[in-house]
Amino acid sequence: MKHHINFKVNGDDYSLAVDPWRTLNEVIREDLNLTGTKLGCGTGDCGACTVLLDGRSVSSCLTLAVSVNGKSVMTVEGLAPSGEELHPIQEALIQTGGIQCGFCTAGMEMSALNLLNQTLSPSETEIKSALSGNLCRCTGYNQIVEAISMAADKMRDNAAEKEEQ
Amino acid sequence: MESRFKIVGQDVPRTDAEVKARGKALYTDDMKLPGMLHGQILRSPLAHARIKHIDTRRALGLPGVKAVITGQDTPKIKYGNWRLFPDTQDEYPLAVDKVRFIGDEVAAVAAIDRDTAEEAMELIEVEYEELPAVFDVDLSIKPGAPVIHDYCPTNISVNRKIKYGDVEKGFAESDYVREDIFNTHSVSHAYLEPCSALAQVDLDGRITLWTSTQVPYIVQCLLASTLNMRENDIRVIKPFVGGGFGGKMELRAWEFCAAFLARQTGCPVKFTLTREEEFITGRRRHPMKIYSKVGFRKDGTLVAKDLKIQLDGGAYNAMGPTATFLCGNFGAMLYRYPNYRFHGEHIYTNKPPASAMRGFGAPQSLYATEIQMNMAAEELGIDPIDLRLKNAQVSGDEIPDVATISSSGFIDCIKAVAEMSDWKEKRKSLPAGRGIGIGCYSFISGGVFNWFNTQYPFSAAEVRVFSDGTAHLLTMASDIGQGSDTVLKQILAEELGLKMGDIRMTSADTSMTPQADLGSWGSRVTLMAGNAVIDAAKKIKEPLFGAVSARFNLNVIHDIECVNGRVQSKSRPDYGLTFGEAVAMVQKANRGEPLVARGSYTPRGKGLVTPAFGFGAQVAEVDVDKETGLVEVKHMWTAHDCGTVINPRSVEGQLAGSIQMGLGYALSEQFVMDGGKTLNTNFVDYKMPTASDMPPSELFHVETYEPEGPMGAKEAGEGLASPTAPAISDAVYHATGYRCMDLPITPEKILRNLKKNK
Ligand code: FES
Ligand code: FES
Repeated sequence: MKHHINFKVNGDDYSLAVDPWRTLNEVIREDLNLTGTKLGCGTGDCGACTVLLDGRSVSSCLTLAVSVNGKSVMTVEGLAPSGEELHPIQEALIQTGGIQCGFCTAGMEMSALNLLNQTLSPSETEIKSALSGNLCRCTGYNQIVEAISMAADKMRDNAAEKEEQ
Repeated sequence: MESRFKIVGQDVPRTDAEVKARGKALYTDDMKLPGMLHGQILRSPLAHARIKHIDTRRALGLPGVKAVITGQDTPKIKYGNWRLFPDTQDEYPLAVDKVRFIGDEVAAVAAIDRDTAEEAMELIEVEYEELPAVFDVDLSIKPGAPVIHDYCPTNISVNRKIKYGDVEKGFAESDYVREDIFNTHSVSHAYLEPCSALAQVDLDGRITLWTSTQVPYIVQCLLASTLNMRENDIRVIKPFVGGGFGGKMELRAWEFCAAFLARQTGCPVKFTLTREEEFITGRRRHPMKIYSKVGFRKDGTLVAKDLKIQLDGGAYNAMGPTATFLCGNFGAMLYRYPNYRFHGEHIYTNKPPASAMRGFGAPQSLYATEIQMNMAAEELGIDPIDLRLKNAQVSGDEIPDVATISSSGFIDCIKAVAEMSDWKEKRKSLPAGRGIGIGCYSFISGGVFNWFNTQYPFSAAEVRVFSDGTAHLLTMASDIGQGSDTVLKQILAEELGLKMGDIRMTSADTSMTPQADLGSWGSRVTLMAGNAVIDAAKKIKEPLFGAVSARFNLNVIHDIECVNGRVQSKSRPDYGLTFGEAVAMVQKANRGEPLVARGSYTPRGKGLVTPAFGFGAQVAEVDVDKETGLVEVKHMWTAHDCGTVINPRSVEGQLAGSIQMGLGYALSEQFVMDGGKTLNTNFVDYKMPTASDMPPSELFHVETYEPEGPMGAKEAGEGLASPTAPAISDAVYHATGYRCMDLPITPEKILRNLKKNK
């Protein structure tokens, strides 16, 4: 029996009938065609599938689609809707070289956003522990950590500027 | 010093970074075609067995199942990368007679969705006759051991020898000789993107395959031969690839099955592996048993080395033959061995096949070299740094009949890391529990031996230029995440005096890009594809120079250049045209013909291994907890020589990535096997370093210019997979007195040793 769910993804409303065993990862990748969110392991251990659910990061591969009924999901595609300016996290990753094969990137960005939603002055240790659930086989993480701290600075400056106005 | 280059050597952001940052880069599994079916592979639960019978009727009867195939349905043609020696081609896309490891591919299903395909798996009935299996190289080569492939009764599928000088005489003349045995273990490439392939058939029967691969051309050719089709009836396209590290450099069963099932059903078919499948059956790094004997004079001068290596190849050759040769070649690298002998044996066992993995035989072989160097240094009473400096290979050194080292910055690398790390002081004065150690590497810039037996150049490039001032670069070279597309664009932009944004690129599509390119492995792309791009660019520039010369009536002695978007006289820049105007002139002169050129590169007269070697040295400082045996790496210092650095950020990224992998190889990563069964099949049990495990690290580029490389460049990033494990291992020895002869270095081994020495 399919279940009916209503939820928001990147601000858009969706109403779908889904099998109770399907994961959020399958639904966003296959039904909504938002393939920026990856599947690296399917067991909650690599972080490539990370999305924000009501503002908190979750592994979409372990989240059942039925459980997001009434909730709001943000995926990598929501960071900077097409054509719009890049999010500071994305910009910094591009600049530092923190993107190689790119398969971990979306998950890294969402985990970073989760961290920066809580603090705009994270220490290096905080950044590293915020990424503890995100594996990367290419970059050795250094340039990713550097990027997140750069993005935090930029977002702090932006926030200060806004306040001044 | 002002660089002679404008774009090469700059921190040019990777041109694929934005699309990846936005989540818009399409990897194979992101693609969907109308009517697409989902494929799944049934794998052997036994390590060695004869297939007596397969009954697929119940699976076929399941609603939603469109096709089920077994080896009997296929043309039964073996394949393998070593086409030059058909004997070594030992693998069927689907098992025909026997299964040889747990995970061997037995049957495949195409169904309307994944759930149905999975259900169908359960309904395929296979009757096996279990055979005795063997999991250990020593047992495998014993007389009477189970024979894994009928063609190879000894289970030794490859024997490679390298020999120069007179080793016995060398040992006789040595003042100090030592003999050691090292064992290295198996690890996973653990690329983040699981393998995936999607095939579609045209109405005329031609196949298009999108696949996560490092070698589109090899897949094209081998897919054609196993399907009994013509090469050019197959088109292989490499979409974005989420890492490979050597694990995606062969034709694989699911690529064959996707194509075969697409042909049979008329529908597109996609296979995507699960992470568990990747761990159970995926290629891996060769475990090696290394017997090494070295002889020195009293003053530390190396006299001879005798090296014997047994590679545990698992059930099939895969890239084992190359690894067998390369580990012997790497045994002769770094230091000058006037007398050298190597014997390598590639041995079959009933385990998942090992194959190429970042470093390709070097991490194992150089682990032995480097640890043994330190053991010898200690006994000779010479500092490990000094012993290395005394014997280090320099530019112009020759490995007889094998290779000539056209450039080497090795000595400068050793000196640089010693200084950066404050080696002399720390090696003397660090407290117990703290240690510092060194590891060095040398690596190839692509291979020169044509085992694939290609008719084409090793790398090729086509450049098209247009009157709007843009250029289009076409190459089959494969960016698998390392950033080679950006590097090749940089090289072309530099040559043509254009900006990065002026260049469009099409890569790794076998029907659109010029034949051929052997793929991304062995650090070959920058040097080989880079040279092909330069060759094509030079051919483009000739007519452009001619046009400018004619237009301004220049004396033939004028030097003309492409720079800043212009084609102009070097001494009189006002005698020049914009790039686009010059292209238009050439086109006019040729009555409308477009301006296109092809370039290529094939190494010739470069010995048996590679046209150019990279070098480097690395020092690690560690802290070992005496209670728990846990090793914490406090700092890494690296100095390397990759010739001209084309993209510094990319090279730094390669280094950090190598340290991550090297750290895992040394300390935490390992396939845990029970006979032929892989026990750790997820990222919790297979422990890869995370961000918090990464030590602070410093890098120093030693400047050299490689004459054979494009703009002086050579290998960067793969050689770096080797030094980390020996450096950490030596530091652990320095800290605790535990000398690791069997990787990985685990807390248990350290504690056992500490107890013993109490
Ligand atoms: S795919 Fe969800 S954590 Fe790996
Ligand atoms: S960039 Fe490849 S896994 Fe992170």
